[in-house]
Amino acid sequence: MTRMTAAGSSPILRDTQRGLVAGVLAGLGRRIGVDPVVLRVAFVITVIGTGGLVLLAYLVAWAALPAAEGGSAPMARFGRLARVRGDWRVAVGVALLTLSALLAFRELGIWWSDPVAWPLVLAAFGAALLWVRTKPSAPLAAEPTPTPREPETAAPRTQPQAARPRAWSRLAEEYGGAFGVLLVIGAALLFLSSNHILGGLRDAALTAVVVVVALGLILAPFLWRLARNLAAERAERIRSQERAQVAAHLHDSVLQTLTLMQKRAGDSREVAALARRQERELREWLAGDQRAGDERSLASELRLAAESIEDDHRIAIESVVVGDCELDNPAEAVLGAAREALLNAARHSGDAGPIRVYAEIDRAGIALFVRDRGGGFDPDAVAADRRGVRESIVGRMQRAGGRADIRSSPGGGTEVAIEIARGRANGMEPV
Amino acid sequence: MTEPLPTVVLVDDHELFRAGVRAELEGLVDVRAEAGTVEEAAQVTFRERPDVVLLDVHMPGGGGVEVIRQVAPKLPGQRFLALSVSDAAEDVIAVIRAGARGYVTKSISGDELADAIRRVRDGDAVFSPRLAGFVLDAFKGELEEAEVDPELDRLTLREREVLRLIARGYAYKEIALRLSISPKTVEAHVSAVLRKLQLSNRHELSRWAVERRLVD
Repeated sequence: MTRMTAAGSSPILRDTQRGLVAGVLAGLGRRIGVDPVVLRVAFVITVIGTGGLVLLAYLVAWAALPAAEGGSAPMARFGRLARVRGDWRVAVGVALLTLSALLAFRELGIWWSDPVAWPLVLAAFGAALLWVRTKPSAPLAAEPTPTPREPETAAPRTQPQAARPRAWSRLAEEYGGAFGVLLVIGAALLFLSSNHILGGLRDAALTAVVVVVALGLILAPFLWRLARNLAAERAERIRSQERAQVAAHLHDSVLQTLTLMQKRAGDSREVAALARRQERELREWLAGDQRAGDERSLASELRLAAESIEDDHRIAIESVVVGDCELDNPAEAVLGAAREALLNAARHSGDAGPIRVYAEIDRAGIALFVRDRGGGFDPDAVAADRRGVRESIVGRMQRAGGRADIRSSPGGGTEVAIEIARGRANGMEPV
Repeated sequence: MTEPLPTVVLVDDHELFRAGVRAELEGLVDVRAEAGTVEEAAQVTFRERPDVVLLDVHMPGGGGVEVIRQVAPKLPGQRFLALSVSDAAEDVIAVIRAGARGYVTKSISGDELADAIRRVRDGDAVFSPRLAGFVLDAFKGELEEAEVDPELDRLTLREREVLRLIARGYAYKEIALRLSISPKTVEAHVSAVLRKLQLSNRHELSRWAVERRLVD
């Protein structure tokens, strides 16, 4: 009757508040409507009567039943623990715990002879292996899957160390499961044979084993193919998902831009600018958005500055950056001056090819060059409005403790050279 | 035009792109043949023996590196110029180390490309600003004295200067002017750097190229 109601409505919960030990009997009593004291007396009598065997049942019930106050059963918690630690190590731990518990019983004089104890240890070990094996399916799914858009070649770079342990644990998982089954079966056989129950049954058992092995051999190829088909299907599903994602992206970006370019076909600068922006976006997307999470560095900020000026002024900027550094004071100064120099070049160089930026960053300092092949000018006859720009480059660098030179000649283009030392106290600027 | 036009074989798996390059090079070089696959490229090169093979880096079946690998043993003198949309250091370094005499990006203008082809035909090396930046970056760190072959694993000061100017967008002639040396000397420096890039065992080189992918 108990079993039926338990399966029917509410499950049995351990009542840890009214319980004496772990609340198993209190919970059971509440569930079936019997005073726990009665149950406890009955329990103690049975324990003495069966030589302690029922004590084991109590332990199992404690492990399997969740507490009434919420929280999960110790066994479920154990499953979670097993995921954190290595699978089989936990299983070994369980086996050892069982063994030590049995030995403790033996010391206390409650003992059911070795033929019971050893199979129990084996079975606990095997069962633990099976438990930790069946649990991990949940965490595997919950694990953050690598972004599928990332190109396949990029995968080994991002998690070269992570891949190996996972393969290992999967292997251990596969064999751990089979090993667990073998252990439990072995324990059962050992128990039967050592208690001489097997006797006449031995032939039947042998027959059963042979039949099982034969069945396994027959079914193995089929199961194997089934597993392979499943894997292939899954891979295909992932592939098609990826394809859909790529298609969606291309539609949103490239196709839109192409349409726009056809509409603006008359304006070559506009078309070039559109193409450039699209190319940049596409490259970034192909690179897998690694930049998004990056901290702000001089190189990334320079790239952003160049991109925004490219878009605003419909010109091309080609930059080569060697090295990188964080945005400390000297770097901020260089960044500001570089932005001014780029804007200046963008305004005055016209269509004379791309503006080139070259930056070399190392521990000692930063050197940055912005060069255009525009009309250039005579530095000695600078118009008043350009002096302001000059000031914002040269003056800024001087205040930061660096220097900037502007070289230009009519017809020869313009180059702004910016230099600053790093690694010194940056606040000590000459006033 | 007394000098004969350089003969070229054009290798790229995109027909549209080949047509575009061909149109841009019209009258500047003599495009003898085109190829769209690695096998075709090898066959056509053996047949035509062009001055320069203009080589796409990314192609099915191994790309430009594979073409060089198939052709170079049988035609040791064959010159290759890599032409690619990829700016990834790994690709650039791989194709240069396989034996290409230079590397230019596909955004290069027709005149510049023809100039680069002529230079490769004459046995010089062609570095784009980006490639110059890569080399400077790769050869940047100091190495332990014991593991360095000073001939191959280090750039001279002059070579560094030349590379820096290339990275800044200067043409060889302008570099020669700035450093007060002859254009031939500039070319000699660049060729020396190319040799180092191809032969150096500097262990950092390939590791650097792989790491670099994270940035570019």
